[in-house]
Amino acid sequence: MPFLDAIRLALQQIWVQKLKSFFTLLGVMIGVTFLIAVVSIVGGMSRYMTEQLVGKIMAVNSFELRHRPNIDLGDHDDNYYRELRRRPRIKESDIEPVTSALPEGVLWAAVGNDNLSASSRYVAKPRLVLAFTVTDDYFTIKRMTPVSGRLFSPQEFARGMPVIVIGQDVANYFFPSLDPVGRELTIRGIPYQVVGVMEKQGSAFGISFDKFIVAPHKSPINRYVNAHGVIDAIMIQTPSREGMLSTMETVRQVMRARRGLRPSEPDNFSLETSDSALEFWNKIKSYLVIAGVALPAIGLVVGAIVIMNIMLVAVAERTREIGIRKSLGARRRDIMSQFLVESATLSTVGAALGVATGFAFAKLIAAVTPLPAAVELWSVFLGVGIGAGVGIVAGAYPASRASRLDPIIALRAE
Amino acid sequence: MNQPIAIEAPLGATAERQAVVSSAGEAPGADWVIVTRGIKREYDMGGEIVRALRGVDLAIRRNEYVAIMGPSGSGKSTLMNVIGCLDTPNEGEYWLNGTRVSSMSDDALARVRNKEIGFVFQTFNLLPRATALHNVELPLVYAGVSADERKRRAREALSRVQLDGRMDHRPNELSGGQRQRVAIARALVNNPSILLADEPTGNLDSTTSEEIMRVFESLADQGQTVIMVTHEPDIAQHARRVVVLRDGLIASDDRRSAFVEKLGLS
Repeated sequence: MPFLDAIRLALQQIWVQKLKSFFTLLGVMIGVTFLIAVVSIVGGMSRYMTEQLVGKIMAVNSFELRHRPNIDLGDHDDNYYRELRRRPRIKESDIEPVTSALPEGVLWAAVGNDNLSASSRYVAKPRLVLAFTVTDDYFTIKRMTPVSGRLFSPQEFARGMPVIVIGQDVANYFFPSLDPVGRELTIRGIPYQVVGVMEKQGSAFGISFDKFIVAPHKSPINRYVNAHGVIDAIMIQTPSREGMLSTMETVRQVMRARRGLRPSEPDNFSLETSDSALEFWNKIKSYLVIAGVALPAIGLVVGAIVIMNIMLVAVAERTREIGIRKSLGARRRDIMSQFLVESATLSTVGAALGVATGFAFAKLIAAVTPLPAAVELWSVFLGVGIGAGVGIVAGAYPASRASRLDPIIALRAE
Repeated sequence: MNQPIAIEAPLGATAERQAVVSSAGEAPGADWVIVTRGIKREYDMGGEIVRALRGVDLAIRRNEYVAIMGPSGSGKSTLMNVIGCLDTPNEGEYWLNGTRVSSMSDDALARVRNKEIGFVFQTFNLLPRATALHNVELPLVYAGVSADERKRRAREALSRVQLDGRMDHRPNELSGGQRQRVAIARALVNNPSILLADEPTGNLDSTTSEEIMRVFESLADQGQTVIMVTHEPDIAQHARRVVVLRDGLIASDDRRSAFVEKLGLS
C-alpha cells in the first residue's frame, strides 16, 4: 500500500470519528504540550540569561576582581564560606598597582555599590536606591547611555563633584512627571545634582534593574559606599576574549604578589567572568530540562497506551476488512504498515495539536509571569517526531496482530 | 433452463484427467489451470479431528466453467479455500497455473492470490467506506500498479460489468446485484487465471441471481476460467461441468448435460 494512500486513509479515519480521535490523542497532545511549553520557557530563560541578564550584570569580555564571587549560587560546604569570610577585602590601595599592570587598550573601573536612602523635595517618603560609585571608564565598559541629560565630565570625575545619573525607576519615583535633569536628589543627607537619566535596563524574574544611581568615585557618598577604603570590585574589560584570559593572569599575579601568597596557597580573591554566572545557570537549566522531559514523558506513555488500545479495538472492528485485503493479495507487511501508518498518523496529529497548544501555553506563561519564552523551530520537529515515534511504538503490537490474522477466519468475522 | 445450451463445456477426456492427477510430483501441462493430487485437510477442533478433505483429485483446464457442489459439511468450503490459496492442505499437491502452491509461505500465497485468483464472495466483501472504483482498485494497489494505471484498469473492469455510472458510489448506495458486480469487477481487474466464486448468489433474489449468472456466462464465453462453489443445484446447473463433493471426497464429476439429467431423475 503506497505511503500517501495510507496516510490519507488514516486521516479519513480520524475525521470520521472526530470526538473519539480527540480523546485518543489527548494523552499525546498533553505530553507534547508540556514538552513544548517547557522547552520554550527553558529556551527563553536561557536566551535571556545569556543575552540579557548576564550581559547586564557583567559586560562583554570583562572580568571583575572581587574579594568573593558576586554570583555564587552553587552548593558549597561551610568550609568554603568560612574561607570566603577570612579573605581580605579589595582596597582603594589595590587600584593603582593592579591597573598600572594592565596592557594598552584595556579599560577598567573601580566600582562600589550599596543600598542608601535617598529623598527629594517632590516626594514625601525617602526610599532606598542602589548607589554606585564608579571611575571614568564605567559607562563605556557597561555600554550605558543616557536617554536625557549627559554623563559625567572628566573634571566631575577628577574632582568628585556631587553629580549623579539615575535609573528609570529612580526618576519615576523621585521626580513624578518632572524632568529630573538639573534637579536635586539627596542621598544620605548629601545633596546631589541629577545630570542624566539612563535608558531602561529592564527586569529579570520580577527584579528591576532600574533602581540605581551612579556617582563619581570620589564624590561625597564614597565614604558610605566604600567605607574604610574598601571597594567592591575592579571591573576590567579587554578588547578581545583571548586578551581577557592573559589579562586575568596578569591581575592574578599582581594580587598574589601584593597579598604575599606562596605558590602552594590558593588565591584569596576572586576573578569573576560572565562564564561563572552562566555556569550556574547551566546547572539550573540541566535540572529544568530533566524535569521538563520527565514529566511530559509520563503523558506520552499514557498516550501511547491509549493509542495501543484504540488500535487493538480498530483491528478487532476491522477484522473483516483485513480478511478482504488479505484475500485480495495484501501481504503481512502491507497490513502491518497500514496499521502502523494509521497509528503514527493519529499520534502525529495529536503531537501537532500539542505543539500548537504548547506554544500557546508558553506564550500565555510569558504574558502573565515574568518568565520569558522563546519559540524554537526545532522543537516543532521534536514534538512531531516524538508523536510519530510514539505512534509507531504504540501501533507495533496491534499492527503485528492484524498482520498475523488468518484470512479465512478474518473473512468470517462480522 | 430457458436458455438453450449453446456449447458443451470443453471437458478433457476422463482418461486424460486421470493421467494428469495420477502423475505425482510432475508439473502438469500448460493447459491445466488447476490440478490437485490427493489433497487432504484436517482440522483439530478442540481435540476432535475433523477430516474436511480426504484425498481430492481434481483437474481443471483453462476456460472451463466448473461448479463445485455439495451439502454443508461436504468439504466444499475447505476445497475452495485451498484452491483460493487461503489455506494449505496437510497432504497432497496443488498445482495452480503450473506452479506448486501447496507448500508456499503466507506471503508467497498472498502474491499468488493477488495475481492468479479473483474472489467473489456470498456477502460481497466490499470495503464499506470506499467507492466502487476504489474497491476495484484494491488488488492493483497490492500489485504495486501506479495510481493512474490503477484508475484506468478499474474503470475498464467496472464497465465490463455495466457499472460505468456507479463508479463513485459507496457499497451502501448500490443494490445487491450491483454490489456483486462491483465484486466481480474487482475479481477481474488483475486478469486472474481463475475467477473463484463462493455462493455468489447466496444473498441475492432469484432475478438478480439470474443476472449474475448471465455475467458469469458471458465471462466464460470470453475465455475466463470460472469456478463456482454452491449448494444450490439451480445455480450449479449454469456451469458447464459440475463436481459434487460428499464427505471430503469427489462423489461425481459430470458435464452439465449429465448433471441436469441426473437432477431430472431424482
